[in-house]
Amino acid sequence: MAVFTRGFSGRRTERDPRLPPGQYDAGSEWPVLNAEATPRLDTATWNFRIEGLVRTPTSWTWDEIHELAPSSYEGDIHCVTTWSKFDMTFSGVSVDTLLEAAEPLPQASHVLAFSHTGYTTNLPLPDLTGGKAWIAFEVDGHPLPVEHGGPARLLVPHLYFWKSAKWVAGLRLLDHDEQGFWERGGYHDRGDPWLEQRYQGD
Amino acid sequence: MGELTGRLDPLTAMASPGAAMAVGPWQLARVVAVRDETPSAKSFRLLLPEPVAFLPGQHFVLRLSAPDGYRAQRSYSVASPPSELPEIELTVERLENGEVSSFLHEQVVPGDELEVRGPIGGYFTWDGSTSALLVGGGSGVVPLMSMVRHARRSGIAERVRLIVSVRSPAELYYASEMEGPGTAVCYTRVAPPGSRRPPGRLAAGDLAPFLLPEATLYICGSSGFADAATDLALELGVPAEMIRIERFGPTG
Repeated sequence: MAVFTRGFSGRRTERDPRLPPGQYDAGSEWPVLNAEATPRLDTATWNFRIEGLVRTPTSWTWDEIHELAPSSYEGDIHCVTTWSKFDMTFSGVSVDTLLEAAEPLPQASHVLAFSHTGYTTNLPLPDLTGGKAWIAFEVDGHPLPVEHGGPARLLVPHLYFWKSAKWVAGLRLLDHDEQGFWERGGYHDRGDPWLEQRYQGD
Repeated sequence: MGELTGRLDPLTAMASPGAAMAVGPWQLARVVAVRDETPSAKSFRLLLPEPVAFLPGQHFVLRLSAPDGYRAQRSYSVASPPSELPEIELTVERLENGEVSSFLHEQVVPGDELEVRGPIGGYFTWDGSTSALLVGGGSGVVPLMSMVRHARRSGIAERVRLIVSVRSPAELYYASEMEGPGTAVCYTRVAPPGSRRPPGRLAAGDLAPFLLPEATLYICGSSGFADAATDLALELGVPAEMIRIERFGPTG
């Protein structure tokens, strides 16, 4: 169906090639978007766990996870509300390192990430492996601020940022896709910004 | 507020009410009315080819397409209540440099056709079965108005209370509906003549008289407003798990 909107030509300027379709450069802004009250988590009692279809369900305290090999991401992030932010640096631990300890079972195909607030989001397991995902504690050399998910958030920067669960508490490995918080409300199960997978069916 | 670490069941605390809602396909809606709400906000009444069931608080995506294939899409909250008519009303605030909102404000007239898709969102919704305190800042009142209108239409107006924070009377959306014991308007910069409350930001004293022990608190507005209102509610003893927040980010 070749639908076009009467009178609309769009306001296009030369686009930065780093911007996925429909996104704009937020510059120095880092908008905050969460649907629940911002929690105050104490690193003395914080923990992170991997459970579900793994050979060795494993949990880490704040100190324990900091003893693992550090890993960083330098690059861009993209929020489904249309802002993107370039040249961020996040530091933490690669999800690969954590999965190595927990040993996913062969039938594990998907992950439900869950937060200390009860927030959830679903991802295909291959989107969390191969150096594409982190548990991040720092951004641009500083501890991750609480409004951006501190003390620790999931970081999956090649997908829309709602997949990067703030205040992450753990990953549950599953043999099927189980929709999370936004996904049950109509958002996409994968969320690739370059394919503009914002909503179900996109 | 208490520490949340490990005290909530992560998989149920934020579970959406009910099952997942299906997002419908793109529909070509006809604009049947355009109304000024404030100097910077207009409501667009859209006639859909197919009726779409939605809950108060949900939003629709609106897509503009240029002849060469360029598209821009934004999501807008529904202001109208669910009804048997295949119609929805979206209230759109005109944002500075907003590509979509400026087009809607400047170009769109009744008779035009617009592509929409929805409903979207399953958490910031109210189905009428519980009591609710709604707190909106500026344009954040839009999804809350769908809840209020739904309550009034359904004869359950007493389940809903609404507090709106706006800078001045000229910026108040749906002013004619902001009357009665269940509503309050807090003016932050300019209060109307004869107002008992001096202009000022939303304070605990504004919120406290409206609290009900069993009510879910729905907060909608800018990120700064949402944070401030959430902090007030937590100070007043509202449990964090009773608070639902919708932040209107910079979208254009």
